[in-house]
Amino acid sequence: MRFETSSGDPFSLLKRRVHEAEGRGRRAFAGFQAARHVGPLIWIIPAHMPEILMLRGLPQGVGERLHLLRPTNETDLLWCVEETLRAAPVGLVIAEPSQPLSLTAGRRFQLAAEAGGTTGLMLIQTDAGSNATESRWHCEPQASDADSTLHRWTLKKNKRGTLGNWVVNWNGATTAFHMVSAAGERHQPAGQAR
Amino acid sequence: MALGLSRGMALADARAICPDLATRPADLAREAAALASLRRWASRYAPMVASDGPDGLMADISGVPHLFGGEADLRDDLQARLERAGLAATSAIAGTRGAAHALARHGGGIIPDGQLQQGLGRLPITALRIDHDTAAGLARVGLTRIRDLLPLPRAPLARRFGQGLVMRLDQALGQHAEPVAAEPDAPHFGVRMTLPDPIGLQSDVMAGLERLLDRLCAKLAATRMGARRVRLELRRVDRGVVLVEIGLARPMRDPTRIAALFAKGVDDIDAGFGIDAVRLTAPVVEPLAPEQIGGSTVRHEDALADLLSSLGNRIGFDRVLRLLPADSLIPERSQIIAPAAYSAPQTQPRHKGPSRPITLFAPEPVTTASGHPPNHFRWRRMRFTTLRAMGPERITPEWWFDDPAWRSGLRDYWRVETQEGPRLWLFVTPQAHSADWPAPTEGKNWPAPAGGKNWPAPAGGKNWYVQGEFA
Repeated sequence: MRFETSSGDPFSLLKRRVHEAEGRGRRAFAGFQAARHVGPLIWIIPAHMPEILMLRGLPQGVGERLHLLRPTNETDLLWCVEETLRAAPVGLVIAEPSQPLSLTAGRRFQLAAEAGGTTGLMLIQTDAGSNATESRWHCEPQASDADSTLHRWTLKKNKRGTLGNWVVNWNGATTAFHMVSAAGERHQPAGQAR
Repeated sequence: MALGLSRGMALADARAICPDLATRPADLAREAAALASLRRWASRYAPMVASDGPDGLMADISGVPHLFGGEADLRDDLQARLERAGLAATSAIAGTRGAAHALARHGGGIIPDGQLQQGLGRLPITALRIDHDTAAGLARVGLTRIRDLLPLPRAPLARRFGQGLVMRLDQALGQHAEPVAAEPDAPHFGVRMTLPDPIGLQSDVMAGLERLLDRLCAKLAATRMGARRVRLELRRVDRGVVLVEIGLARPMRDPTRIAALFAKGVDDIDAGFGIDAVRLTAPVVEPLAPEQIGGSTVRHEDALADLLSSLGNRIGFDRVLRLLPADSLIPERSQIIAPAAYSAPQTQPRHKGPSRPITLFAPEPVTTASGHPPNHFRWRRMRFTTLRAMGPERITPEWWFDDPAWRSGLRDYWRVETQEGPRLWLFVTPQAHSADWPAPTEGKNWPAPAGGKNWPAPAGGKNWYVQGEFA
């Protein structure tokens, strides 16, 4: 099966595939991706997790499309992920598994996503992902003296393309974002001004 | 009765006559339900059975008595069966509805054809379903029995006591038609099938289920209802009953889509030596108007409802949720987490004011906080240095709710950006000075910190807590 390659936008997740995000800022990355996908959204959080999503903190237009699933155990969570990935009308499935994903589970997710034509995003603990993932993002909020909404999003693994490292200014409300150009170090002395 | 008690008597009067009277409050709803089921049973005697007031049944037995061997035998059969069921009832058979009503409430019996006047004559006038004032007025002029009324001229009677009395008299004597109006039965959403040979294969059960579902959904469609729960009862050869019940995310009457949800439940059942009867009922139904089929949006919504149904049947419908906005400034109550199957999505109104974190959790105390807002603090065993703090945003408790989490008074919320990266939502409770304010009793809501006591006030007089994390 041929997948369309990603466009110039570095943060567009490949459709019909399952991706992974880790790091402290993974929920922010998931919120960003949720705002960029159309159609119903599924966010699967285990029932034992103390954190819940706050409607007013989510980007615009995400809250009314969001369905929250709170399965009690890991087996149910994996079943929910597979079932929702296989369902055609869903736009994006976000899940927070609490145990490392096995290769079998990761592969089953990919097959389900292909069958249903949906995109998945697993918010994993650091280094608890599966090798079957299409891409893996490391997301950290970044402190800055000038700006309070900086994120460092690193593409750690990519099956179809190059890796990358971006510092993004995203305010958490809309789909708009601004790339922050990295301050490069100058290795050669600047030429003499004439 | 022997002591002089009668129906409609005041309780104080009854107690005065009979001091050791056992009384029980009337449960009208259950009495009505019992009468309705008795009405259903009584349809074995007549095609038309109507309830007659709160305490009676009226059956039109025209053309029926010969099946039971005559009117007397029919009445004996009815009385014997009611007695066996433990019901004390009085029954009467008469040529008109009014006469039967009157006789059943005054001893019962049978008035043969053509002898209505003789049969009714001895009954009191109150038996005629007339109101209390008319009866009192008639008694004042010395008319107490129906036979006193019969020879009187009609016109003065109607002028003095109203048309109602004459109409009731005519109805009792058959000069004024009064049919038995049996109310329609409430639709029953259940179908069943008995099998000549026991079945045990899953495919056979599913095939039987599909046939039953077709019939059930046709019933639902005829009454414009949709099933919300569907229950499948399988009776085994050894008289055991296996139950499979599914829920639906919205009212539905589409046989193929309902059948798909049964697949997992039917897979799990133990057929034993075989199944010889199948029963399918819809215990919970909701109105469902006919709607346009086809069209991409309809198909889209249907597919999502199917997904929510299958999810709800596996993990429970209370775990398939939706976030709904609520009108409150308290962070915990600014949203309602509602089951998706029983709520509709609502658009979040445009939010003004300070931003809110993307995740919210129960307040977790920070330790070794210094400064206001804290310059350094520890939280979840991590050390943070504040880079920038925005605030405070003061939120006062809603005094009309007694929320144990908010007993510490108002809170000042700060958005604290740390050198380490995370942007946290901290709050301080300036009103909680002493450490001995009543600790919240609900330990289940708040994870007990290592201190042992629920949510202890950190040392230093300042109580800083983290409640959320920004994007």
